Amino acid sequence: MENRLNLSRPRKRPEYGKAAVYAILVLGCAITLAPFLWMFLTSMKTQVEAVSIPPSILPRNWRLDAYTTLPEKLPFFRMYWNTILTSLIIVAGQLLFCSLAGYAFARIHFPGRGFLFVLCLSVLMIPSSFLILPQYLIIQKMGLLNTLTAIYLPNLFSAFGTFLMRQFFMSIPLELEDAARIDGCGHGRTYARIMLPLIKPGLVSLGVLTLRFAWNSLMWPMIVNTEKSKMTLSAGLSYLQGQYITDYPSIMAGALLATIPLIIVYAIFQRQFIEGIALTGIK
Amino acid sequence: MTGKVRITRQKRIDWAWGYGMILPLLAGLGLFYFYPVFRVFRDSLYNVGAFNRSSWAGLGNFSRMFQDSTMWRSLGNTMMYAVIIIPLTVIFALILAALLNTNIRGRDVFRVIYFIPTVTMSAAISMVWRWIFNGDFGILNHLVKALGGTPQYWLSSESTVLLCISVVSVWMGVGYNMIILLAGIQGISSTYYEAAELEGAGKIQQFLKITIPLVTPTLFFVVITTVISTLQIFDVIYMMIPTKSIAMTYAQSIVMYFYRNAFEYSAKGYASAIAVLLFVIIMLLTLIQMWFQKKWVHYD
Repeated sequence: MENRLNLSRPRKRPEYGKAAVYAILVLGCAITLAPFLWMFLTSMKTQVEAVSIPPSILPRNWRLDAYTTLPEKLPFFRMYWNTILTSLIIVAGQLLFCSLAGYAFARIHFPGRGFLFVLCLSVLMIPSSFLILPQYLIIQKMGLLNTLTAIYLPNLFSAFGTFLMRQFFMSIPLELEDAARIDGCGHGRTYARIMLPLIKPGLVSLGVLTLRFAWNSLMWPMIVNTEKSKMTLSAGLSYLQGQYITDYPSIMAGALLATIPLIIVYAIFQRQFIEGIALTGIK
Repeated sequence: MTGKVRITRQKRIDWAWGYGMILPLLAGLGLFYFYPVFRVFRDSLYNVGAFNRSSWAGLGNFSRMFQDSTMWRSLGNTMMYAVIIIPLTVIFALILAALLNTNIRGRDVFRVIYFIPTVTMSAAISMVWRWIFNGDFGILNHLVKALGGTPQYWLSSESTVLLCISVVSVWMGVGYNMIILLAGIQGISSTYYEAAELEGAGKIQQFLKITIPLVTPTLFFVVITTVISTLQIFDVIYMMIPTKSIAMTYAQSIVMYFYRNAFEYSAKGYASAIAVLLFVIIMLLTLIQMWFQKKWVHYD
């Protein structure tokens, strides 16, 4: 068997294989990065240059006009602030509520626990766009349209996050908790002092996923807030594109400024991001 | 006797903590998830017009839906997106994950770069792609011209618009799935590969005979999540195609059509009926996949 395999399939010379792998990977990188490069180059041009034929690849004069005039076109700093604030509240809310519930589901025995957990899980099967209309009607009824509260309120609660937190809590040995119990710790202190520090990778994982979701989401912020001063960046970009349809440098400058913060956060917490997302597939 | 009383007291404390800790979550899910589910089904049976005044419609919204050619068109488009985007995303992600699992130099750099689209705001990057695809001044057309081809109005012609949106979606989705698959591949015990190496199996053979079968549980997860997200495709279409454009007909997904009914035409009852249809489709597809997984997913 071994011999036959060897005869029918002589082993490839590794050099060729390796070169091919590199070629594919580098090509993939080029395709991945090209739009970002084009976004940056366009944002440094004047509008006239951006639509010139034949086109210039590099700007003839590097200009920051598209950036400096952006605040005249829409309240960009305000939108930044709105996005940062709502994203942080959503992340904090999910970490708190999901870890609390996750701990209870993993570690405390109470009647109806199994049923309530399955009930929570059932939320996972509901497509998010299915819920958006009634969620809008609820927010409207609460008189919260055009407020920042509208953006974060429904997103503070996550069935997925609860499931993830529960998985992490379950992976911690029971002995640790028993020891805490003997030392006289109640559930509150066990949760806050002993268990939370132990599931830090889980919290980071949920945190980065939630941040990515909150920072980038488009449909929900767009429908609940139509006032410019209450918009998040993604909704603001949609407005910018609608109003200044041919001002390509400005649009690209806006796109770049909206994307940069999360890319910087990613550059810093690169490992946590990647591991965080990898964990969701394993847990 | 006293011991028994103490236990019950401890139990009561446990229960209080248990319910107390899940209460905020359940309240939130109840208000923003469970009630809305009920509400969508209810609203789908009503005509909900301006100012949310509603009147009983019975199955009117549904019978209207089944006769609505725009709805069918949107559903067809959505299925086309699924057929194009899901396999391409999963296959590219799997290939890249496998390549990054080899011990080549610079793999951490590659991994970081491939992941960037995942942390990029879809609204922002869709605008960039729209500019790239621009029929008059877009860089793609210049490239096509330079290579001797004919420039196209990519985003306004019936034959290309759906494809362009699919390309952007694949571009955005590969990195995320690659990371999950890479973690799955790294979980495969190296003894399998060592044994294969001894038997003289080549790298490609190892990929087909070891990596793919053993990564199927992760692959299953990736396929399920990609199906669900692709069936709800919205951001890219919304940001790349003007709603008034004729091309919207050829690009519009079911969620896009839902959105327009709910928030542009203020036909909230009808929009709810579309939402119910989407829900049923996603449910059915997920169930089919769950059932079908026995045929191809290998759990040790």
